[in-house]
Amino acid sequence: MIADLLFYMFASVLCIGALGVVLSRNPMYSVLFLVLSFFNAAGLFILIGAEFLGLLLMMVYVGAIAVMFLFVLMTVDMTTEDDDGKKSPFFITLVLITGGVLLGEIILAIMGGVASNTRLAEFVPVASETQNIVALGQVLFTNYIYPFISVSMVLLVGMVGAIVLTHRKREGVMKQDISEQISRTRDESIEIVTPALGKGIS
Amino acid sequence: MEFFEPYLALINQENIWSLFIIILQVLGVTAPLLVCVAYLTWAERKVIASMQLRKGPTHVGWAGLGQPIADAMKLLFKENAIPAGSSKVVYIIAPMMVMIPAVIAWAVIPFDEGMVVSDVNLGVMYLLATSALGVYGVLMAGWSSNSKYPFLGAVRTGAQMVSYEVSMGLTVLSVILMAGSMNLSEIVKAQETVWFMIPAFPMFIVFLISILAETNRAPFDLPEAEAELVAGYFTEYSSSSFALFFLGEYANMILMSAITVVLFMGGWLPPMDIAPFNWIPGFIWFFIKVAFILFIFLWARATFPRFRYDQLMRLGWKVFLPFTLFWLVLTAGAMHLFDLV
Repeated sequence: MIADLLFYMFASVLCIGALGVVLSRNPMYSVLFLVLSFFNAAGLFILIGAEFLGLLLMMVYVGAIAVMFLFVLMTVDMTTEDDDGKKSPFFITLVLITGGVLLGEIILAIMGGVASNTRLAEFVPVASETQNIVALGQVLFTNYIYPFISVSMVLLVGMVGAIVLTHRKREGVMKQDISEQISRTRDESIEIVTPALGKGIS
Repeated sequence: MEFFEPYLALINQENIWSLFIIILQVLGVTAPLLVCVAYLTWAERKVIASMQLRKGPTHVGWAGLGQPIADAMKLLFKENAIPAGSSKVVYIIAPMMVMIPAVIAWAVIPFDEGMVVSDVNLGVMYLLATSALGVYGVLMAGWSSNSKYPFLGAVRTGAQMVSYEVSMGLTVLSVILMAGSMNLSEIVKAQETVWFMIPAFPMFIVFLISILAETNRAPFDLPEAEAELVAGYFTEYSSSSFALFFLGEYANMILMSAITVVLFMGGWLPPMDIAPFNWIPGFIWFFIKVAFILFIFLWARATFPRFRYDQLMRLGWKVFLPFTLFWLVLTAGAMHLFDLV
């Protein structure tokens, strides 16, 4: 019963947050609403007994990805953006198509019943027996080891790609070598002289 | 009305009693925490003063013990000025976003065997998830103030906290490998033979330095470097909202010290399970250890000069990240080799 109440709370705030993301004019507010939605989604995960996924959602999406969004928005100059209500028909059709596909998927999932899908049902007996994280680890590293490795490869390629795209040789950069700096001794860095009177150091 | 009836039935004596117990537990943790925060500021001033051959606060109460309370009163009775160009809602929420994660994380910290508000299985994950939230308060404060110094301070903090969270997470992972559990009480019990700071001493040092960076304390206090940024991200804040930032920072310091104690220094366990040590109750040991780590915080502040920004980033990404990754693999290999899993 309390779980029901919590579900309504999380679900309604999640919907409000999601609406806030798309309706706010200021992108900064959009990201903050997005964080609110992530939070409530994590709450829903925890409510159905997937604590690990819920906390992971908070760590990865709230703790890293949304911070990156916020960071980019803070450093990019947004005053030049012209938001005078002009919308290109191309984007509107694109939005309608993606929205339609997602809506269709949701309807299909509800009509067909996701739980009857055999691949998803494999999780259920394992998860109920042991701890959440143990069950996940067993499934990931045995049944799904090849998909798991290929996903990590995709992530690695993404990371290397990002570095290659942004890395550039720059001229005139002063680099410091810390080990070289701290291994400097007194003898090679200062010289003590006693200048003769009236002559100074030549 | 029919829809609400099952929910109204929830309001009975049994539920109200258990709610009362929960509220009592929460107050039992937060009220001493706030007192500790107040007296940590006093201890900081006294410790740094004695390291600099001064006396620190002496006037209010005996040995200046009334000083934190006087400071708090002063802050609460000042005017709360909100800058005209700020975005007000975010400006008001920001200090709460700093304070709240630092307090809610205490729910899973075990003070003694069974002395914990919520003994969850994924305690470590919960701690990492809540500590990830602290950065929002800072970023929101810096952005909503609509002023350049807070903004620069916030950008610096964002980068700093995200960088050091990575090495912190990896350090915690190697502890989880050694303990074989994510439950904080289980992690403490796994340290009955030896505290994890002995086999994993390098990780203990990395973790100590990372928590200094994570809480924006000296020598990593770049976000509020006074010489460059006035007061950093909370330059525009005054009165009770400033007090919340202050409380949040010190509560975070105590929290991080408690996490270090639980992960590396055997939580409530005495150093040796022999006569004079095990007469002292567990939570007193916990308190002594936390106080020791907090002293290291203050000691570092009085001793080291501030890092330069590029040195900070270099330390986080080029030294700690590869080293913690290496140590994680090493721990996993050793656990497998010696059959400790």
